[in-house]
Amino acid sequence: MRRLWGLVPGWVVSVLVVPIASVVLGFGVAAIAIVATGTDPGQAYLALFQGAFTNNNAFAETLVSSVPYIFLGLGVALGFRAGLFNIGAEGQFYIGALAGVFVAYSIHGLPPVIEIGLSLLAAMVAGFVYAGIAGFLKAQTGAHEVITTIMLNYVAFLIANYLVTTPGLMKDPLSRIPRTPYIDVNATLPIILPNSRLHAGLLLALVAIPLVWFLIERTTLGFRLRAVGFNAGASRAAGISVARTTVLAMGISGALAATAGIVQMLGIQHDMTPAVASGYGFDAIAVALLARSNPWGILPAALLFGALHNGASFMQLQTQVSADLISIVQASVIVFVAAPEIIRWLLRIRGHQVVAVAITERGGAATRV
Amino acid sequence: MIFITHKLGEVMEIADRITVMRRGKVVDSTTPKQSTAADLARMMVGRAVLLRVEKKPATPGAVRLQVCDLVVADDRRQVAVDGVSLEVRSGEIVGIAGVEGNGQIELVEAISGLRTAKTGRVLIEGRDVTRRSTRLRLREGLSVIPPDRHRQGVILELPIADNLVLEEYDRRPFANWIVRNLRAVSDYARRLIKEFDIRASSPSEQASSLSGGNQQKLVVARELGTEPQVLVASQPTRGIDVGSIEFIHNQIVQQRDKGLAVLLVSSELDEVLSLSDRVAVIYRGKIVALLDAKDADRERIGLLMAGGEAA
Repeated sequence: MRRLWGLVPGWVVSVLVVPIASVVLGFGVAAIAIVATGTDPGQAYLALFQGAFTNNNAFAETLVSSVPYIFLGLGVALGFRAGLFNIGAEGQFYIGALAGVFVAYSIHGLPPVIEIGLSLLAAMVAGFVYAGIAGFLKAQTGAHEVITTIMLNYVAFLIANYLVTTPGLMKDPLSRIPRTPYIDVNATLPIILPNSRLHAGLLLALVAIPLVWFLIERTTLGFRLRAVGFNAGASRAAGISVARTTVLAMGISGALAATAGIVQMLGIQHDMTPAVASGYGFDAIAVALLARSNPWGILPAALLFGALHNGASFMQLQTQVSADLISIVQASVIVFVAAPEIIRWLLRIRGHQVVAVAITERGGAATRV
Repeated sequence: MIFITHKLGEVMEIADRITVMRRGKVVDSTTPKQSTAADLARMMVGRAVLLRVEKKPATPGAVRLQVCDLVVADDRRQVAVDGVSLEVRSGEIVGIAGVEGNGQIELVEAISGLRTAKTGRVLIEGRDVTRRSTRLRLREGLSVIPPDRHRQGVILELPIADNLVLEEYDRRPFANWIVRNLRAVSDYARRLIKEFDIRASSPSEQASSLSGGNQQKLVVARELGTEPQVLVASQPTRGIDVGSIEFIHNQIVQQRDKGLAVLLVSSELDEVLSLSDRVAVIYRGKIVALLDAKDADRERIGLLMAGGEAA
């Protein structure tokens, strides 16, 4: 087996073998928990699979769940590449949704492309500015983005609640329950699969992946971002403005998270109710880690998390295994991704340097591919 | 009590017995009564074989780098550079000899723009850049070989090619507007790898796969590849193999002959003496002597470095 691994290039090990093995092992660990509750893990996982893929409309729903994971995962991954740990995706999601929904219910009668475009733009600008605050604080004062983005999450929830529940602000005057007016019909994302909720947000997400890849790998900004992420000292010595790069990276990360929020509103919800933590923003950290911060890797990782998210309730219905089991799967997957030495040892991989997540000198996490 | 220091004055004042170490070995033991500061300096500096560098006499031209009354604070806000004035001319190498920690790092960082000077001025080609960013100074023709290649010189996780364009990545031909031209980057890298004898199999190899000497040659290649007007070389050969040291020394001398102004900062006295045309000695943030290389006597410089002639 050892000799066999010698034939496999290093990047295959780090990009494919470790994430896939992590997922398999994650399901294995969760299976122990299922056995402990007295259920057959085979049956539970079968129900999970059915609920995620083969039931009526299940695959469409899995794709629907994957859309926010793709945008959020891209956002968090971009932050990682710049050495920034953006835990604020959840809050940026709501800020984006708020700004975008405001535009989408305020405008009427414009062509859908323009209405959707304006709404997306408003969300991205809002997300950029909101996350940019954390970037600015880090650049100016050294305040760690993990702390500031966590706190800004609460600020975002409270802003959302205030705006949505206060008459005269964003609350719909015609509604008795607190919610915003419905968005204009031309601002809704069209359904792309008849008789399902699958909306054009999936197409936007699929376009975002190569765009973010291009930004990171082929533009001068992306180069600056990676350079600062790996070694801020050497970047500074080479004349790169670490402060400006930090603000920009945080802002773009927030803009992507905000896009997830507005796409969810324009595609699924069509209005905004008081913010209840969706949890999407936190799962997105796991998505980015599993994808090893590679934009292409976000697609399978987001699909996996969408499938888990979507299949969990059917599994609970069929086998009485709590839907919270999914959290165990997700958590164990992340443990294995973050500790590739375990997989190296289990699979007897030698000689390849398997670096999954390197905590950089700046305190953020950057991945090497 | 064991008291460890580079400073001769201190040791003469407080020690009962003195042991001199060099390169991890005990050279000799003595007492303050038996020996003078000059004896200690000779023991410290040693008579190790000089690294001989073949070079012609310098033909200095116009002033390229000028430092006037520079005062710079260190990270603890203590004055580390205390009123340094220097001139480096085209075609000459000015060496700064000194025991580490006497303000060299702060001086170099103030010249490169990584650290703000409290007072004083830095001029490159006669232009005052004291309040300008590092980026702008690099564009004005400054190149810097930083003292710590892992912290400031190379980004180990990036390919060799990307490291070689770390300062030029967003200029033509390496980028068109905001899109990088990877072919131009890799062609340029291939050229520098050859010119500067970097032992690498391909420009796309990660910089971390290079040996220390080759990483340092990478830094030198990047800094000299832009054909700068001024080079500030700080500990340019620290911790690398003799072959790489020789190569880097020859590169620096060759560039000097083409008109480069070089400020060499090194705690290796051999290096300063064998490369420099003029030697400045720094002690506690002050230039305590500025000598012509041919008048530079190792023992006297060793003494000055240790504050033995501070008057």
